[in-house]
Amino acid sequence: MPVTKRDDRVRVMTGNEACAEAALAAGLKFFAGYPITPSSEIAEELSTKLPASGGKFIQMEDEISAMGAIIGASLAGAKSMTATSGPGFSLKQENIGYACITEVPCVIVNVMRGGPSTGLPTMPAQSDVMQARWGTHGDHPIIVLCPQSVAETIDLTVRAFSLTEKFRIPVILLMDETVGHISEKIRLPKYSELEIYERHKPTVPPEEYLPYRHTDNDIPEMATFGSGYRFHVTGLCHDETGFPTNNPVEIEKQMLRLNRKLERYRDEIIEVETAGDEDAEIGVFAYGSTARSAKRAMLMAQEKGIKTCFLRPRTMWPFPDLEVRAMGEKVRSIIVPEMNLGQIAHEVEWAVAGQAEVIKVNKISGEPISPPEILAAIEKAVK
Amino acid sequence: MESFDYSPYLREQKFPLIWCAGCGHGIVMKAILRAIDRVGWDRDDMVMVSGIGCSSRMPGYVDFNTLHTTHGRAIPFATGVKMANPDLHVIVITGDGDATAIGGNHYIHAARRNIDLTVVLLNNSIYGMTGGQVSPTTPKGKRASTAPFGNFEASFNISGLAEAAGASFVARGTAYGAVQLSKYIEKALLKKGLAVVEAISPCPTVFGRRNAMRSPVEMYEDIHENSVSVKKAGTMTADDLEDKIITGVLTDIEKPEYTTEYKKLIATLGGSS
Repeated sequence: MPVTKRDDRVRVMTGNEACAEAALAAGLKFFAGYPITPSSEIAEELSTKLPASGGKFIQMEDEISAMGAIIGASLAGAKSMTATSGPGFSLKQENIGYACITEVPCVIVNVMRGGPSTGLPTMPAQSDVMQARWGTHGDHPIIVLCPQSVAETIDLTVRAFSLTEKFRIPVILLMDETVGHISEKIRLPKYSELEIYERHKPTVPPEEYLPYRHTDNDIPEMATFGSGYRFHVTGLCHDETGFPTNNPVEIEKQMLRLNRKLERYRDEIIEVETAGDEDAEIGVFAYGSTARSAKRAMLMAQEKGIKTCFLRPRTMWPFPDLEVRAMGEKVRSIIVPEMNLGQIAHEVEWAVAGQAEVIKVNKISGEPISPPEILAAIEKAVK
Repeated sequence: MESFDYSPYLREQKFPLIWCAGCGHGIVMKAILRAIDRVGWDRDDMVMVSGIGCSSRMPGYVDFNTLHTTHGRAIPFATGVKMANPDLHVIVITGDGDATAIGGNHYIHAARRNIDLTVVLLNNSIYGMTGGQVSPTTPKGKRASTAPFGNFEASFNISGLAEAAGASFVARGTAYGAVQLSKYIEKALLKKGLAVVEAISPCPTVFGRRNAMRSPVEMYEDIHENSVSVKKAGTMTADDLEDKIITGVLTDIEKPEYTTEYKKLIATLGGSS
């Protein structure tokens, strides 16, 4: 029998374990959380592994305080993360808005379950697509990444840290229960080779430091508490100095800069996967674990001779409107399966602007959408 | 009182203060700054964290690392700061509504953990910034904009709450007794653990005027007349102590501190921070 060299980077793990693993690889130094199904394994993993690597873990008294604690830790220089699910995600929203307006890097993992309210704690859903974008009040930038597998959870967790540190926009890793709990064989990346972005710190003398400076790149340098740059952070609208202002000109300048970061860097932030026939007449747009059923449905349709293509956002928000529009210009119909009543389908409709018919395939029973269900919609659309 | 130069600690360009004439919060702020000066900590190593309300505007006026957070959540933010860098000296500025209504859960859990934060709780018995609504510390019978017939809820003993929840240092002072208050704050700063100083601070503008104490002087005199030292309180009956403000160091004990214990855990596991 030939001797094969054992690949020591191969693992079998769940999406939640992968998230914890990748966060540490990305340099996570502080995690605050609160127990909630189906995300608790992330906290459990980190309660062991963070202190062992010199980081800090704390189980807070509630979801709200966990979100507050990661913002505080990030200001003190630690890469920070929390993890939760639907009801907890609702509770975190006010402080997520705080991180948005104060531009404090942090990663929020939401392993989606069915809702509203306590809903379906142990069953899959994609019910928080809109809450992830608009859960907190006010116009704000937010980045939402949506993995479909355990392997991709590794990639996107690392990417979440890079994006939040680089752009000073909170990043939400929007997993679903299936991705969080499925066990898959993966090969871990070589961590030394990962591209990890660190936050840009000021180089000017402290007396010249403006924490919310209008820089050429729209991303002000971020000092660390205790580094000699004494500055003020507030959730009130503020000017370049970081202090509150009621001056309409200053308010507008800051708010426009804050929100402009998303448009300006959209090509760097947005990632999609495309597949299928160039001359497709039917398109399928799907994300998270549902995308795996959708891709299978595409292959089944192709076997039946239906020209089909596939588009999957790895970045959910900002929404990949140009990519969806391009698909809409090509195909007759776009099938949008999702485990909710059509939260992203409306966004797809807006993006294609009538150039293609948008067909929703929805399920909110706590069961995943199967490939035959999506195939049925494809077959119906070509008739 | 000897003359003291506050200017090195203040962001005077942010004056005038938001606080009304007669408000006690400026007196408490000065007591804090004198205490910090006596302790001798570097401003670069100081972090002042607050929530929302009149008292929570204090960080804007002092030249430290300052963090004005969301309503009730100063303690969680401060917990994150302290855990990420335990070498920083973290002071939480909060009020009665901020710390014991919307943020009550964090207040008791920080005390339970005994994390090394100094919490200065400015208690004016009212929601001042929003116009004088009833708070958890509004005394029974007093009027507020949302208690127009007089408050009939029991009021919190917020120092007692911190003691019961496990804080290692609890003291109560007043804006009237500013010198003593500053001494309590100094002790709290030096305490390794969760230290609470409740500072009774009058609000003539929205509390006093609804409760027959329109002038600030009346309010300060009221505090003075009702203050009883913890020593004297020991000789009085519970009935006599009703409506009294018991001042002094109420609790001062040694117990394991959270970030120190965490550091030990990291060392045991062979991690390096």
